[in-house]
Amino acid sequence: MVAVVIWGSLRQFTDGQAKVEVEASTFKELLDRLSTDYPGLKPQIERGVSLALDGRIYREAWFTPIGPDSEVVLMPYMAGG
Amino acid sequence: MKSIHVSASVNGDAVEFICAPDESLLDVLRNRLDLTGAKEGCGTGDCGACSVTLNGRLVCSCLVLGAEAEGTEIGTIEGLATGDTLHPLQQSFIDHAALQCGICTPGILVAAKALLEKNPDPSDTEVRYWLAGNLCRCTGYDKIIHAVLDAAKTMRGA
Amino acid sequence: MALDSSAKRVFKVVGTRPPRPDGVDKVTGRALYGADVSAPGMLTAHILRSPHAHAEIVSIDTSAAEALEGVKAVVTAADFAVQDDQSLRDIQENCMARTKVLYDGHAIAAVAATSASIARAALKLIKVAYKQLPHVTDVDAAMRPDAPVVQSGRSLETVPAGMSENVTSHCEFGHGDLDAGFAAADLIVERSFTTAATHQGYIEPHACLASMTPDGKADLWCCTQGQYNVRTICAALMGMEASQLRVTASEIGGGFGGKTTVFIEPVALALSRKSGRPVKMVMTRDEVFKATGPTVSSSTDVKIGMTRDGRITAGEAHLRYSGGAFPCGTVDMGAQAAFAAYDMTAVRTLGWNALTNRPKEAAYRAPGAPQAIYAVESVVDELCQKLDLDPLAVRLKNAARKGTRSSYGPTFDDIGLVATLDAVKAHPHYTAPLAPGQGRGLSAGFWFNFGGNTCVSLNVNTDGTVGVTEGNPDIGGSRAAISQMAAEELGIPYDKIRTIIADTSSLGHNDVTDGSRVTFAVGLATIKAAQDAIAKMCSRAAKIWDIDEEAVVWEDGAARPSGPNAGKFPPMSLAEIAAVSFNTGGPIAGHYEYNADGAGVSFGVHLVDVEVDRETGATKVLRYTVFQDAGCAVHPSYVEGQMQGGAVQGIGWALNEEYIYGEDGRLQNAGFLDYRVPVASDLPSIETVILEIPNPGHPYGVRGVGETPIVPPLAALSNAVSRAIGLRLNRLPMSPPRILQALSEG
Repeated sequence: MVAVVIWGSLRQFTDGQAKVEVEASTFKELLDRLSTDYPGLKPQIERGVSLALDGRIYREAWFTPIGPDSEVVLMPYMAGG
Repeated sequence: MKSIHVSASVNGDAVEFICAPDESLLDVLRNRLDLTGAKEGCGTGDCGACSVTLNGRLVCSCLVLGAEAEGTEIGTIEGLATGDTLHPLQQSFIDHAALQCGICTPGILVAAKALLEKNPDPSDTEVRYWLAGNLCRCTGYDKIIHAVLDAAKTMRGA
Repeated sequence: MALDSSAKRVFKVVGTRPPRPDGVDKVTGRALYGADVSAPGMLTAHILRSPHAHAEIVSIDTSAAEALEGVKAVVTAADFAVQDDQSLRDIQENCMARTKVLYDGHAIAAVAATSASIARAALKLIKVAYKQLPHVTDVDAAMRPDAPVVQSGRSLETVPAGMSENVTSHCEFGHGDLDAGFAAADLIVERSFTTAATHQGYIEPHACLASMTPDGKADLWCCTQGQYNVRTICAALMGMEASQLRVTASEIGGGFGGKTTVFIEPVALALSRKSGRPVKMVMTRDEVFKATGPTVSSSTDVKIGMTRDGRITAGEAHLRYSGGAFPCGTVDMGAQAAFAAYDMTAVRTLGWNALTNRPKEAAYRAPGAPQAIYAVESVVDELCQKLDLDPLAVRLKNAARKGTRSSYGPTFDDIGLVATLDAVKAHPHYTAPLAPGQGRGLSAGFWFNFGGNTCVSLNVNTDGTVGVTEGNPDIGGSRAAISQMAAEELGIPYDKIRTIIADTSSLGHNDVTDGSRVTFAVGLATIKAAQDAIAKMCSRAAKIWDIDEEAVVWEDGAARPSGPNAGKFPPMSLAEIAAVSFNTGGPIAGHYEYNADGAGVSFGVHLVDVEVDRETGATKVLRYTVFQDAGCAVHPSYVEGQMQGGAVQGIGWALNEEYIYGEDGRLQNAGFLDYRVPVASDLPSIETVILEIPNPGHPYGVRGVGETPIVPPLAALSNAVSRAIGLRLNRLPMSPPRILQALSEG
């Protein structure tokens, strides 16, 4: 089980929880499980999210391994200029 | 409107061209003489990217009519180097990393050369005010000013 | 063969200042930018644009234009298929309006003709019937329930019911107990700020040359920060496959984020398809201001609590951004960046995006961050003034560091903020005396930076020189930095390497040059491609010496046996191995393709001294110093260039640049005369101090640097001006009329 930090405006779709637990060992599994467990998150996930894993930001790499002790923070998909 | 036939000299070479009465010298240089070094940044004389010299005087070529060039000597960026030897200003710009995207560089070099011909030993402030008509968005001007002052020094010494 | 990339390295080429490869072309006028090419049979194209801020397009009659001699094609939105994907639909409708025009200057039709004057005459013959609608250009006005609706049905699921349809998204970030935090404060300051929209102000207007042939293939030359992104978008809009469209990036005359998307390219392609001839299209300067991608405009409320000894106990920010007439996600970035420089126990940022009748936003360096950090850093400074605390000491006391839980969620790894603040403290600028009427301002700033999809190909020529092919337009000197990293890794001189930028048919996909990603991600890929080539060269040497591959190492630009047991062979240099490559297996190349992650954040701190003329309201910048963490400065001159250039753009934003809209919703200052960017005489020397706290995610420690420098100037100048005149200003730009007004209101 991995603990995922959910940002403020998405907490309305996780029953107000700032942190949720899902069964996942990769980036993609995590996003798939979040969409299934919390269907309200699906539109945002489909629009694009990034993951900060132990402080490092991964924008879209599905097979990024996630360990049970990793700090996982969901973030909006980033743009720059 | 009937086209106008113009004879002039560009960077020391005799040229002849035909242009519309309302065509700018900038458009003539770029579209009829294939000299694309001068750039159109604004078309209204505010950015200096089109700077050339007309009978030795620094002008915005977007504000000069092609027809006005009749019988004149025009100096563009393409005429700064001598054969395969760069002008000290050009070399100084490379040495000082005084360009990033480089779009303003031709105009600034033409303007700087015109300054140094008038005033071979300008101060930092004098260079900044002379170049106030040449916009640069990438560099913040710092390295450009250093490059011009350094080139001036080289040109005075040589 | 071990390559230890984590040990602290002594560099030979990285960190030096060699001349850039495109330097001579650019100082002689030979370099080819977007508008510098022509093709045989080429037509010139121009666009008809809406004179209204908001209107329904009742009808468009192009028949008279089409009949004009010399006109070869006219297009409208009817020439573009409707896109399924929402974001592509938005781009297409921004390039050419379909049912409504949404801003002054919105494109409606385009003509390609045998000359520019005929094209312009044809535009006048196009008859458009409009039904004008009420418009809204202010972000706060656009959020009111009775505001004119710019587009319906665009609000995301995160927007609560009952808000104006112009509100398209809502976001919230933060952690901790705000109420407890504010209760623990000795002083709370609550302020509201507004910033005007600004433009990247690149000197080169958008320009392209599109050439489509009857077999459905096309070549597109354009000035862009991302030729692959242009290909993706244009292929979709034109109903083409990627391989049919070859996009070549010209040299680019500035971008800063504004050339990461398309405006005229699909239109030029459509005209070329319809006319069967190459079509050249160049924007005029007023078109650039009206119809490309300025920044968001913003309205923010910030509340911060601080103890008497300078500890921030709570921070809250409400950000209302408008990215123009199409939904825009930039407020997410602003809301995350707002308090990023601080170690916060209680923090909350809320963001809203609202539609207005303004052009569609595009990125400008660090999109969303300048507006948010301007507001937060101004309030922090006001707290310092009121509590009589040193602003630098307060930043140090509250600075985010390794292990800090950031205000946007993740825990920071190695970051350079404290080192940067220490560098400011130690610098003579910080303690230089100020004369009466002068003020000093400070601000920290931040950007995330990112990596992205990258391909690099490295080819070894038989004469021992090397060609590096990468796919990212060079907007700041990156070709030099890439060559340096290749030279460093291969162990050969810098001038043996030539780095070029490929078109979309010559190399795999590369994400846009943005996100301060090129030196980091393309650099990393170059190092890996070099390592790949090295492995192959060692293998060739092993064959030649008839020893095991594992027994060969690469050192100082040559293959050598790894130990005395491997054999007594003199080293074979890259040139020697290359010379016999045809005999030993064929041409030698290395390559690397990946989606880079692990970009390091970049913190910066700016310090500025100003003097305000109380009679004219003009602000003179007396002294400016930029401090920034670059991780590893590959080419220090180009790192300095980014720091200076970004700082000056921020100075312009703070002191004079703004989009001014009239009551009629039209842009009043669409030119460089009245949209006043900094000129050489406005500025002092911009001093730079580069720090190097290596990014663990890159073999040499590189961090992106390009975007961060635009963030601190806004608050640094506002803080300096506020201290100089003894009055707090809360609106940008602080142009002379605004300063005079503040002084008179007193």
